[in-house]
Amino acid sequence: MALTIDQPIEHKQQSLPARVFASQTFWVVIAVILACVFLSFATDAFATSKNLYNITRNITFVAIIALGMTFVIITGGIDLSVGSVLCLSSMILAVTMHAGYSIEVGILASIATALAIGAFNGVLIAYLGFPPFVVTLGMLSIARSLAMVASNNTVVFQFGPDHAKLLSLGGGAWVFGIANPVLYMILLALITGFILRWTKFGRHIFAIGGNEHAATLTGVPVRQIKVAVYMISALSAGIAGIIQTGWLGAVTTNLGTGMELQVIAATVIGGANLAGGVGTAFGAIVGAALIEVIRNSLGLLGINAFWQGVFIGGAILLAVLFDRIRNFRRSD
Amino acid sequence: MAVLELTNISRHFGAIQAVNDVSLSIEPGQVVGLMGDNGAGKSTLVKMIAGNFRPSHGTMHMDGKELILHKPAEARQHGIEIVHQDLALCNNLTAAANVYLGRELRRGVGPFRILDYASMYKRAGQLFAELKSETRPRDLVKQMSGGQRQAVAIARTMLSQAKIVLMDEPTAAISVRQVAEVLNLIRHLRDQGIAVVLISHRMPDVFTVADRVIVMRRGRKVADKTIASSSPEEVTGLITGAIEQV
Repeated sequence: MALTIDQPIEHKQQSLPARVFASQTFWVVIAVILACVFLSFATDAFATSKNLYNITRNITFVAIIALGMTFVIITGGIDLSVGSVLCLSSMILAVTMHAGYSIEVGILASIATALAIGAFNGVLIAYLGFPPFVVTLGMLSIARSLAMVASNNTVVFQFGPDHAKLLSLGGGAWVFGIANPVLYMILLALITGFILRWTKFGRHIFAIGGNEHAATLTGVPVRQIKVAVYMISALSAGIAGIIQTGWLGAVTTNLGTGMELQVIAATVIGGANLAGGVGTAFGAIVGAALIEVIRNSLGLLGINAFWQGVFIGGAILLAVLFDRIRNFRRSD
Repeated sequence: MAVLELTNISRHFGAIQAVNDVSLSIEPGQVVGLMGDNGAGKSTLVKMIAGNFRPSHGTMHMDGKELILHKPAEARQHGIEIVHQDLALCNNLTAAANVYLGRELRRGVGPFRILDYASMYKRAGQLFAELKSETRPRDLVKQMSGGQRQAVAIARTMLSQAKIVLMDEPTAAISVRQVAEVLNLIRHLRDQGIAVVLISHRMPDVFTVADRVIVMRRGRKVADKTIASSSPEEVTGLITGAIEQV
């Protein structure tokens, strides 16, 4: 049979169903669905609109940051500072608005702070060659400390003239009764997915995670892109901070403590590889969803909350186990 | 006319004279084997042509015009392409994505431009067909043989109108069958009028595919002759210094 040029061009390595079944994200989606179905039957409280409203909203804060973290993890980096950056951004917003400035000024100041921190992390990592783990570990400490300095370690719960606007921004449900944070999350997920799949920037992020040396040799602006991904990660933490402030109606200096680990867990459960080169926006959301469903179900099933860590840790190991099994099969 | 002409090129690093007064010219469609022991100055010479280093003395001309390179990207703009020893491929990307890495095609208007997957798959497929390689554009590089990976790296050099391709030890770490594949790829480049500089330690490869062999020793060019008028024994002698100069 004569082989035409179109055959090799059109040839895909795996058919669509084969690719879906081979993806970790798919199995996590199944796990989430099964858990939801089980909980709907096992408890009366799960499938109520109030509980679903709460679950979807609780997913968002981890999910939004997980979207930003996905960029960093695809390049093969890690950002441990996101929990503290969330706290600092919230605090800057709160303090600015408390001082009588409008919500626009507050958000601007908060976003600018997050971007500055991301740029600082990125420059140290990309231009001075610091390991990402160390830089962001340092920033984890620095950012939280700055939040304490900014607020004098007090709780801020009065946000000046635009107090009501801020609360409605984070706590409202402007469209079809869906909590606002969920809408922001969906929007940000779509943007993230688009960037990763359809832009040159997204392509270069995967290239850096696959082979940084090769990316440099072929003229990819590796350093600039690395700075950008840490800025995106910090920005996502800042956005989550602003939304969470509006939802909670108060900011304390322990906001977002330990959140970096939940975010990284969500990203990894969703299929991102800490070694770099792999990750999706959808996976980040699904990973965050699984963690929240586990947390919610333990409460509803009356299991002692102390067991939460065991289940979430188990989910992380299980998700990565799937990946290992696939790789074992391939190497055979 | 020579596509590339080096005149009295020297390069020193402090007191070390890495390349000493080398002149050579390369014709279009010619395969030149560049041989020499470790430290003979091959890499330094190639890196000057690739824009990584600037010569301390001497001039380079391309198509009769003086060539001054400050960085590798400028060499590429002049039609000088390099196939790196480690191929510089990303395993997690498709063959087409690797071919276009760093110069992706996009479509759209102004700032709203998205990756043009269809065009990249199509052009990459055509390049592989030209190279008579079985490589498929949508396959991940991770799952490819050494020869297919070479095809991806070489296809990359054919994207723009390359005039000269520098290949750094392309046959160093692959199987015997794949070596034959790579030598075929080199012939295809030559047939399109592209000059190829093949840096290699492997005598049989150079004598199979090259038209000319240049031997370097201790920074100097000690031989520059056609393959027909030389022999592996002579080249070995020149590399080791058993034969001083021809």
